Amino acid sequence: MPDPRFKVLTSASTSGPGDAGRTGSWRVERPVIDYSRCTPAKSGKPSCHLCWLYCPDNVVSKAIEPTIDLEYCKGCGICAEECPVEAIKMVSEEEFIAGGNDE
Amino acid sequence: MSKKLIDSGNAAAAMAVQLAAAEVIAAYPITPQTPLTEKLSELIAAGEMDAEYVAVESEHSALAVCIGAASAGVRPFTATSSNGLLYMSEQLHWAAGGRLPMVMCVVNRGIGAPWSVWNDHQDAISQRDTGWIQIFAKDHQEIVDMTLKAFRLAELVHIPVMVNYDGYYLSHTYMPFELPEAAEVRAFLPDYDYKHTLSPEHPESLNTVTLPDARNDINGVKQGSYMDIRHNLHQEMCLAMDVWEEIDADFQQRFGRGGAPILDPYCCDDAEFVVVAMGSIANQFRDVVDRLRQDDGLKIGVLALQMYRPFPIARIAEALQSFKGVMVCEKGLSYGNQGALYADLKSALYPYPARPRLHNFITGLGGREIRTDDLYLALKTACLQDDLTTPVQNDTPQWIGLQL
Amino acid sequence: MQKEFPQMIQIRWHGRGGQGAITAAKVVAEAAFKSGYTGVVMAPTFGTERRGAPVSTSLKISRAKIYDLSPITTPDIVVVLDHLIINEVDVTAGLKPGGLLVINSPRPVQEHQLPGYRVAVANVTKLGIEAGLRKGIVNSGIIGALSKASGLLDIDMLTRCIADEFAARKPEDNARSAQLAYDATQISEPNKGDAHA
Repeated sequence: MPDPRFKVLTSASTSGPGDAGRTGSWRVERPVIDYSRCTPAKSGKPSCHLCWLYCPDNVVSKAIEPTIDLEYCKGCGICAEECPVEAIKMVSEEEFIAGGNDE
Repeated sequence: MSKKLIDSGNAAAAMAVQLAAAEVIAAYPITPQTPLTEKLSELIAAGEMDAEYVAVESEHSALAVCIGAASAGVRPFTATSSNGLLYMSEQLHWAAGGRLPMVMCVVNRGIGAPWSVWNDHQDAISQRDTGWIQIFAKDHQEIVDMTLKAFRLAELVHIPVMVNYDGYYLSHTYMPFELPEAAEVRAFLPDYDYKHTLSPEHPESLNTVTLPDARNDINGVKQGSYMDIRHNLHQEMCLAMDVWEEIDADFQQRFGRGGAPILDPYCCDDAEFVVVAMGSIANQFRDVVDRLRQDDGLKIGVLALQMYRPFPIARIAEALQSFKGVMVCEKGLSYGNQGALYADLKSALYPYPARPRLHNFITGLGGREIRTDDLYLALKTACLQDDLTTPVQNDTPQWIGLQL
Repeated sequence: MQKEFPQMIQIRWHGRGGQGAITAAKVVAEAAFKSGYTGVVMAPTFGTERRGAPVSTSLKISRAKIYDLSPITTPDIVVVLDHLIINEVDVTAGLKPGGLLVINSPRPVQEHQLPGYRVAVANVTKLGIEAGLRKGIVNSGIIGALSKASGLLDIDMLTRCIADEFAARKPEDNARSAQLAYDATQISEPNKGDAHA
């Protein structure tokens, strides 16, 4: 039983998106999942999910077709590195920008 | 010709090290020290500094390289911050115990955990008992001048010197300073000369194992052992305060700056109260004191402590004993006790019958913003309390700027 | 033309990581120092540094040595290197009444008017390209707009300091960018903006 007199203050944060605000704007490269290679997507079973496990910001969903919350994904690329079947590619954000609007 | 310029504190330190003609630089990058060592590596790469830059894999190795260089009679320099300094800790004791002259800049930063890259003084304070001389700069000019003087002090007294300056507040801030001319620095700082320089001409084994008792050497001469050697380090470290003052006097004559090498008072002559602090916050207190004098009619001054180890016991007690109240404001503490400086200062005042009332303030840990208004309020409250002359002294540190 | 200024002038700069706000503040610090101000302190605010995120830096200029290194809370002037930052950051926080806001924006000054403040606008991004710079280099140009709007430092001194700072990166084009912005800066005086922005 923890002693209620002690708060034990540390710097510990719950795993989850948004701990540092909308971090999606930090991203230089975006992870793109190829579901034709992705193990759970291919098998239709909850399996593998290493991308979910390794994501340091918990922005990958543990779904049959895992999805990535791009509002918060910083583009670190760990999911792509860890994916055992190389289903995740890091793609330059420039490819997602339409036109060259200055403003 | 001396040169006036505006640049960062890290650049000021690097230029001072260049002027001091350090011959071996070994350092491992760590925020906020990194730009200092980067600048030195650039100066060496550009051929503007004749030194060997040794890239190392850790701070422990950085200091080990400096220990090797000093033992070989070559002027070394290193720099670090925070956990980097702690990683050197074992070697800090070694350099001091070996009486190896060297200078290190510590760009002060909070210690993890939790991680913080921002400023406080816990890194230096936690290493206060290593046998290093510790000095604290308040601005860029002092970074330059103290670094130059530190090389001469280290080499004269054979004790390593840590030049401390605040991370970000000084390291990354741009302000004007003056750099002396290289030839004048050469005249001020003699060639490096370590008493036991390793040489095939007169071989020696350095820092060999000592037995608990003194012994006779190969020539039948009685040699001190561990306790005698350590006693000598303590004695000569205390004596180094006098040497530091002599060096400062010589520096002032040559370069026109100095005169307050250990204690730097501001508005203290007619003061009843005084705030004691180290580093850049001591300068911030000058504005606070001006306001307290102007708005509240309080006779208050600032005493900046420029040298923390050796601790200037007699000088500080003499300077403070007749004040009504003394506020010690620090950016670190001895956990479970009080601010380390506060405890030191209180102990120094013990023999004086009419000692002042003391207050201990802790502020700015991990870069928590130090608002001038908060300092103003804390000092004002403390001064007014002192007028009540309540008999009980509150020894508990008061924290300025807590948000929880 | 040098005006008389209060004891200390405080300028807060807002930009994005990688945009060069700190370099711009550094150039102005250098110019102030060379113009005879003995108290010059430029203190960047460091957070989690990363490209694209809003950053700010403090510049204090005085005729006397500056002892207080704490960040600026009540600026006389605020400089914004990217007008979109205004949507993300409260850039006028603490800005003194009648204070000056200098903005790099493609929109005319009328669209940036703020009651009680002087507002100066130049399309520094566009002028930078005209001066021969790569798109997005705005930190040299914004200095020209600041100079025009504040009268604080002489534009010739500033362009010399710009050329020195950018010695290895198109010094003439950077200096020209500042001059073009100086010439093109539009200013809205506080009284005129008192209606509705």
